[in-house]
Amino acid sequence: MSDTTPEDVGYVGPAEVDDQDLYHPKSWITKYVFCQDAKVIAIQYGMTATAIGLVALVLSWLMRLQLGFPESFSFIEPSDYYQFITAHGMIMVVYLLTALFLGGFGNYLIPLMVGARDMAFPYVNMVSYWVYLTAVLVLIASFFVPGGPTGAGWTLYPPQAILSTTPGSDGGIILLLVSLALFIVGFTMGGLNYVVTVLQCRTRGMTLMRMPLTIWGIFTATVLALLAFPALLVGAIMMLFDRLLGTSFFMPSIVQLGEQLSYGGGSPILFQHLFWFFGHPEVYIVALPAFGIVSDLISVHARRHIFGYRLMVWAIVIIGALSFIVWAHHMYVSGMNPYFGFFFATTTLIIAVPTALKVYNWTLTLWRGNIRLNVPMLFSLGFIITFVNGGITGLFLGNVIIDVPLSDTMFVVAHFHMVMGVAPMLVVLGAIYHWYPLMTGKMYNETLGKWHFWVTFLGAYLIYFPMHYIGFVGVPRRYFTIDDTSFIPESVGDLNAFISIATFVVGAAQILFFYNMARSYFNGKKAGSNPWQAASLEWQTPQVPPGHGNWGKELPLVYRWAYDYGVPGARDDFVPQHIAPKDVPMAKKKAKKSSSGKSKA
Amino acid sequence: MNFFRQISQKPWLPVEEGLAGFDDYHTSTPPARVALKMFLIVVSILFFLLTIAYVGRMAFVELRPVPQPWLMWQNTFMLVLASVALQWAKTSARRDQWSNAQTALLAAGALTIAFLVGQLLSWQQLVDMGYFKITNPAIGLFILITGMHGLHMLGGLIAWGRTTDKVWRRDELKLTKVKQSIDNCTLYWHVLLVVWLVMFGLLFSGNNTLDILLVLCGIK
Repeated sequence: MSDTTPEDVGYVGPAEVDDQDLYHPKSWITKYVFCQDAKVIAIQYGMTATAIGLVALVLSWLMRLQLGFPESFSFIEPSDYYQFITAHGMIMVVYLLTALFLGGFGNYLIPLMVGARDMAFPYVNMVSYWVYLTAVLVLIASFFVPGGPTGAGWTLYPPQAILSTTPGSDGGIILLLVSLALFIVGFTMGGLNYVVTVLQCRTRGMTLMRMPLTIWGIFTATVLALLAFPALLVGAIMMLFDRLLGTSFFMPSIVQLGEQLSYGGGSPILFQHLFWFFGHPEVYIVALPAFGIVSDLISVHARRHIFGYRLMVWAIVIIGALSFIVWAHHMYVSGMNPYFGFFFATTTLIIAVPTALKVYNWTLTLWRGNIRLNVPMLFSLGFIITFVNGGITGLFLGNVIIDVPLSDTMFVVAHFHMVMGVAPMLVVLGAIYHWYPLMTGKMYNETLGKWHFWVTFLGAYLIYFPMHYIGFVGVPRRYFTIDDTSFIPESVGDLNAFISIATFVVGAAQILFFYNMARSYFNGKKAGSNPWQAASLEWQTPQVPPGHGNWGKELPLVYRWAYDYGVPGARDDFVPQHIAPKDVPMAKKKAKKSSSGKSKA
Repeated sequence: MNFFRQISQKPWLPVEEGLAGFDDYHTSTPPARVALKMFLIVVSILFFLLTIAYVGRMAFVELRPVPQPWLMWQNTFMLVLASVALQWAKTSARRDQWSNAQTALLAAGALTIAFLVGQLLSWQQLVDMGYFKITNPAIGLFILITGMHGLHMLGGLIAWGRTTDKVWRRDELKLTKVKQSIDNCTLYWHVLLVVWLVMFGLLFSGNNTLDILLVLCGIK
């Protein structure tokens, strides 16, 4: 490798190119701030996403204060409440989960798992992060402008989003739309990098079907995001035009407080279509990386090859494709043609088939596995259970006839929090525990990790199981207070208080996680090079944590898939991907019988 | 090896010694080319969605196509010429006729700048004609679509500038990369030209012209 200036670095060539140009940092600034190393960028993404995620967590506490103990906290006004739910939803879905899975795990894992030195375009990758950070700062700025952040609900439906009676209609909505546009621009830079790195920069021998499922998940989700985010961008820009220039793309003729506004002829439904054409693939932009990561975690910690690898890959791709033709199941109550509803209900239910296949395969991977019930495995098991629960309520809501009465109730809130909030977060946490030794070279405290898991997992159920019930009895979502509504039983008030207390406990329990991570970073035991005895390539780097360029002088050659566990005749219960057949250490007793060293799954 | 064959492989089967044919698993396409193609797909989707929005609005009576400034025809011609010039630059570079490539690149840049200036002037023309009321959805969409396209052309000009600079300096060791840069610029211009032609046709089609399409789509 040779030292070059940033201007010389166009892209890192494919793996066949012997000498690859990377920009090696020469100062603290280029090593930790404006850094082109994907691993540092990953940590920058992760830190920023976590920080803004904590803001969203505090906002959820404030919401729960109001819902659990109405009229007890006078500082929470109805308009504040709307602002809290809007910012909470938008931050969690876009700025936390999307950024964390793709910008965080994508950056850290793609080059390491495919055997590349870095992303294909390291400079663009760096810019991607700084644009993302700018988007986050613009979003935060909306909290400090007159009127505060928008309170239009996270779906930003017009006409409400830009009417002057909606909280945050002055600067809040403008800054949020600008922030979203910036986020999309930044993501596009990063996303192109992820896709090209997977397609063109894999090391020799790393065929597509030897890639770990984590990479398949991140890759497919990135393609989805690249195709879906333009819809949100178009919607955001058109809404900005409506708000700033007085166009009527989404604004119908409307009378507000007795005054006829100058808008007319626009279509609010058009915005809904654009939003959900992005919004539903967004669910899978979050879910697919989670599927991939959990597959790898289960395989490593159950010491078994992933069951049905090919079908798992195909299922990821099929789910990704189907996610583009289900968006209108979010719009059953928008007055759409019933035949449209039938079509979208059908496609929604079809998507359950490849998804269920994945759940079966995870379960069959565990079957007769040598399960190590450590923290990453606990989180993985928690994910499977939670995803099944959330998925089943999704089957309810996918049917028009059931969705209509449940629409806009707390049942929907409980459903999507289980499937898109709790389940992916369990994977994020499990993944951080799993790759923490690689990222820091240290081991975390296992006991603290297990406490963290049980409080988070059980606490999440204490929050969302009752929430399904209160939604089922008709409590609407987005309401500041339900007061003495006749059809809502009094017990709902007690349940709301209970849910709120559980929310505070689960939120506070995350301190265990941060304390564990921080303490272990400074005082943890050394992890060694491959503490989980994993077969995938990221654990086979010459240095832990991996240095810039990942692989030293030579790129690894890959001879097998990432799931060679329990290879007959081998000395160890795993064979890393870069070990040639002739170099596989054989067990002493069985060495005579199986000298070929061939792997059988 | 095509994508479908690749994802039909059975990676759990025993590995052969030596594992010949490592290189079959990568395409020979340079990463920048793959990234550009992906980006152009993203751009096409963006304009496709704008088209959907426009066509959706055409179902409503109040939408009237904007009057057609004659300058737009001239601008379109400029962009066609810019695309032709880049194709010339590409062909010349492949034949190592670098002075021709330089001329062609400069011509392409000048024509594109002329296109962008022309677009701005056509906005001015609309103002002078008294039609420039952005609250009219047709005008709003016209501004949005031409503006978005113009921004993409501006972005293209940055890449063009870097490419022209490379051609001027012409590092003998990096000639392949210089040729790839010209190829990429050419592809970008061609696609943005096609996008513009579609948008141009769309913006100046009367409601009646697209009636059949609207009926087929169930919009009208």
